[in-house]
Amino acid sequence: MKPLTLTILGGVDKDGSPDTVDKIEIVRGEIIGIVGPTGSGKSTLIADIEQFAIGDTPSGRRILINNAPPEPHLRSDPRKKLVAQLSQNMHFLADMSVCEFLKMHAKSRGKDPALAEKVVLLANTLTGEPIDPKHQLTILSGGQSRALMAADIAVISDSPIVLIDEIENAGIKKQEALRLLSGEGKIVVVVTHDPMLALMASRRIVMKNGGMTKVISTSNEEHRIFQDIERVDSWLTTLRETIRQGESVA
Amino acid sequence: MKMVVVAGTPGSGKTSVLMHAVKDLKRSGQKPALVKIDCMWTEDDRRFERLGVPVAVGLSRDMCPDHYAIYNVDDMLQWAKAQGADILLSETAGLCLRCAPYPDKCLAICVIDVTTGPNSPLKVGPLLTTADVAVMTKGDLVSQAEREVFRERILEANPKCRIIEANGLSGKGSAELADLIRTWPDISGEMVLRHNPPLAICTLCTGELRVSKERHRGVLRHLDGFMEYSGE
Repeated sequence: MKPLTLTILGGVDKDGSPDTVDKIEIVRGEIIGIVGPTGSGKSTLIADIEQFAIGDTPSGRRILINNAPPEPHLRSDPRKKLVAQLSQNMHFLADMSVCEFLKMHAKSRGKDPALAEKVVLLANTLTGEPIDPKHQLTILSGGQSRALMAADIAVISDSPIVLIDEIENAGIKKQEALRLLSGEGKIVVVVTHDPMLALMASRRIVMKNGGMTKVISTSNEEHRIFQDIERVDSWLTTLRETIRQGESVA
Repeated sequence: MKMVVVAGTPGSGKTSVLMHAVKDLKRSGQKPALVKIDCMWTEDDRRFERLGVPVAVGLSRDMCPDHYAIYNVDDMLQWAKAQGADILLSETAGLCLRCAPYPDKCLAICVIDVTTGPNSPLKVGPLLTTADVAVMTKGDLVSQAEREVFRERILEANPKCRIIEANGLSGKGSAELADLIRTWPDISGEMVLRHNPPLAICTLCTGELRVSKERHRGVLRHLDGFMEYSGE
């Protein structure tokens, strides 16, 4: 596995004042969080990374790969793309069947179209109602769509940098999805309001008014709290499943 | 003088993409002038005027908008020259998708909206297949996978085009587009269209309102694909 460093060089906030954080370096295997109130610029920062900004976005930030500006074809050609992104979109607009769409996506990424089947199998481990490959994409529920998008990223996109925008709203098993997406040796950037996901990250970037204001490293105390939350969360997940299945919880 | 023709379906984001590109061009010292062609009505000229560049509007009214745009190319170039411009940007209102208003030496840009679904690159015909650049807009409204499938479909329709993912709201992609405009060769000599327009004019063009079949003349195509010529 080749070494990979993702560097974010600071730009400006919504008022044009420079980011307080002027440089962040992220290496393989790290999960880094982005936190902050709505409208604070979290999605903008994700978009800067996704398109490998070169000072050409409203934030003026620049993204480096292995300490150099990325080659132009890395920005656009899906076959070479280093970045896979799970965005906030919960629905597909394409009027195609699940299977046809996944095969087409595999083709665009230069992968084997037979992977489509694997994507559906994996997606069905993340969502309650199973997805049928013959279904039209547009009739899938929000949870099914998100599960399919996550599985598609893990299997077809399979890029070393994964960007995730608010997985907790997805109606899918969020931890399992995050584990699936974080795979071995990937750089994962996750926008989140969820304490468990935020503390699963080793650091988190704090956003305010469009700017990067600070970077907090997850402390040992926070890590202990994470383990407590994980226990509570798995208990809640069990309760939720019991209720979904139409049974009594006690 | 460089000439850029921007085409695309209504609402695809031509004007917004162009506005960002104009800002970038001005910043790098170019002098763009803009002609907005529409059929019935437009107020986009006011949006463009705010950018402080020369703007002219052409309404094609009873004439086919693409034919109107092509017929007036010489006048547009003269006007742009009189404004002291070095780039003529022409935004068209191509509607029937059967022809494409691109002279061979211009930079032909087709703006196409991702939310119209992955079949639309196959539907827009010569507007896309004869373009130099396809600008994908509204990509933020769909997943990355859907953007990539859309891109693949564009390449199926036009394997040689350069694809730029743009966002009319944030200005994403405009720097890349402006760069391409700046480095495009100047126009020279006689220009010819890249694509044959549709066959002849139809009875509707000359004012026929009655629907029934026997009222129509010219090269006619039936639902089952049969084509005939009816007339003198």
